[in-house]
Amino acid sequence: MAQEKLLEVSNLKKHFTLDKTQVVKAVDGVSFDIYKGETLGLVGESGCGKSTTGRTIINLYKTSDGTIRYKGNDVELLRGKNRRAFYRRVQMIFQDPYASLNPRMNVAMCIAEGMDIHKVHSKKDRLERVYQLLETVGLQREHATRYPHEFSGGQRQRIGIARALALDPEFIIADEPISALDVSVQAQVVNLMKDLQRERNLTYLFIAHDLAMVKHISDRIGVMYLGNIVELTTSEKLYSDPLHPYTNVLLSAIPVPDPVVEQQRERIIVEGEVPSPVNPPSGCVFRTRCPEAMDICATVKPTWQEAKPGHFVSCHLYEGKNQ
Amino acid sequence: MAEATTKELLLEVDDLHVSFPTKRGEVQAVRGVSFSLSKGETLAIVGESGCGKSVTAQSLIRLVSTPPKSGSIRYKGEELTTKTEKQMQKLRGLEMGMIFQDPMTSLNPVITVGEQIREGLLRHHKMPKEEATKESIEMLRLVGIADPDKRMKQYPHQFSGGMRQRLMIAMALVCKPDILIADEPTTALDVTIQAQIIELFQEIQRKTGVAIIIITHDLGVVAQIADRICVMYAGKIAETGTSYEVFKEHRHPYTEGILKSVPRMDGNRDVPLIPVPGTPPNLMNPPVGCPFYMRCDYAMKVCKEVAPPRTDCNESHYVHCWLQDERAPSIQQLHS
Repeated sequence: MAQEKLLEVSNLKKHFTLDKTQVVKAVDGVSFDIYKGETLGLVGESGCGKSTTGRTIINLYKTSDGTIRYKGNDVELLRGKNRRAFYRRVQMIFQDPYASLNPRMNVAMCIAEGMDIHKVHSKKDRLERVYQLLETVGLQREHATRYPHEFSGGQRQRIGIARALALDPEFIIADEPISALDVSVQAQVVNLMKDLQRERNLTYLFIAHDLAMVKHISDRIGVMYLGNIVELTTSEKLYSDPLHPYTNVLLSAIPVPDPVVEQQRERIIVEGEVPSPVNPPSGCVFRTRCPEAMDICATVKPTWQEAKPGHFVSCHLYEGKNQ
Repeated sequence: MAEATTKELLLEVDDLHVSFPTKRGEVQAVRGVSFSLSKGETLAIVGESGCGKSVTAQSLIRLVSTPPKSGSIRYKGEELTTKTEKQMQKLRGLEMGMIFQDPMTSLNPVITVGEQIREGLLRHHKMPKEEATKESIEMLRLVGIADPDKRMKQYPHQFSGGMRQRLMIAMALVCKPDILIADEPTTALDVTIQAQIIELFQEIQRKTGVAIIIITHDLGVVAQIADRICVMYAGKIAETGTSYEVFKEHRHPYTEGILKSVPRMDGNRDVPLIPVPGTPPNLMNPPVGCPFYMRCDYAMKVCKEVAPPRTDCNESHYVHCWLQDERAPSIQQLHS
């Protein structure tokens, strides 16, 4: 893998104000890099801040603290031509293919909206380009004049992908792109995304809660819990050598579609549920449910460290043990 | 997984058809579904959205607006399809409890949790209020809600998603029904909470011997909990068998298709997923032959024209597919 850093996120925080006294700490200090051509997966349970992270990167939200650098430039300081270029190079695919397409725009308008805004194609080229994109994502030319309601969920998600590809992006943030789809259709969309990545050298940030699917598509995976990334490593290592207790819990909770394997598995079941991000626990955010919590976990926030080469974790069990 | 030691039949569904009239025509949601359920076992009905799995489950206790068009549902030998609404009301909750996907919308927000749980006891058993309250508290304890005396007086919004699903389970089980029907009980929950709820189902089944029908699209959950599985497609059952038979010895191309299209945590990510191409047919105008033929790799001429008959592989395992016919070529021949 070429080790060119495309995106550098450092100590990113996004807090939403509820009222005078309460703040939701949706993302509370996450740092990671994304290399060109790779897929970084972000997984976690609902409310862990994975979608907020994605949306903040593409500037749908302003950061509360920390920086996001795209090719070395702070994205919040981009102005004028550079800013427009950023929005062209970075695109997003959304979760709900029913809500993310305007029902009053036909497919060609949906797909070409970005091209019109950025004025990248003449009128004649524009339609030709739409046809091309439709074929790329496995739809047909004739679909261009139809409306979103005429399509199934999987087809709509293909339209969403075509829309994201319209401006020849380098980097795509896919926020739960397959969660709303049926299992047999999920694989169609994932395979399409993998093929497109190979053909166009795309970089993905793939956000999802389905760890099995994230593992399948990602080169590296970050596991989020309550606004923090608790562990980040290659997808093989995350499965074969998980370090953080939460990763272990998550891996153990995911059922394997095989009754023989299931009967032999030992399961770690954690008590309770995720605490509120308005009032997260002191110290380590996972300590209230952690099977291995120690005294120090309640008082000191664990540092983000490279416990093994390329394997980052934030947990007191590994503090001071890095080689 | 509870072994069904006694083969006492609780429920027999035979050739069930359910349709819904719409402005544009009749939607044939369930088109001839048959299965049975024995005491203490867990049956999973799996399939994609729109395959008729929820309608099948809801028809068992007549929660759908249109009664079954034809077919029979026998509970302990008694025919349910001919019962009056009043007779059905006596059965709901008492003989069969049901829990739904979204615990948020299935609980009444302005009535205390305790009131909602003991309602069944007051109604079905004509139990004095105090006794019913005591029973309900015991039930809450069984489903793992801490401090049940205090929690009884609270309202649904004071509970989290996982806790609400526990309330639903308590409510469904408070009258000690023989059958618990769970329609996508963990779909709205996070995986760690899902693991808690599945564990709870298994524990409750061990303690009470209740038979469970679980409706889900999640094959992982099915592998974990089911004794037997019905795979539904386009309103019909494609294949039925024990959990082992369906996962390991399946004969229907659709079963194979959905199993190959999901990634496994213990799988190799360099092996591409094999998606099932296309989408399910429209049930407004279902195909006359096998409903899967358009998406099937092994489709033959006959599949388009004639619906495949049932082929029994053994006493627990049967499949609706023309490939099982003795005149059909082997799968290797079809591939070449």
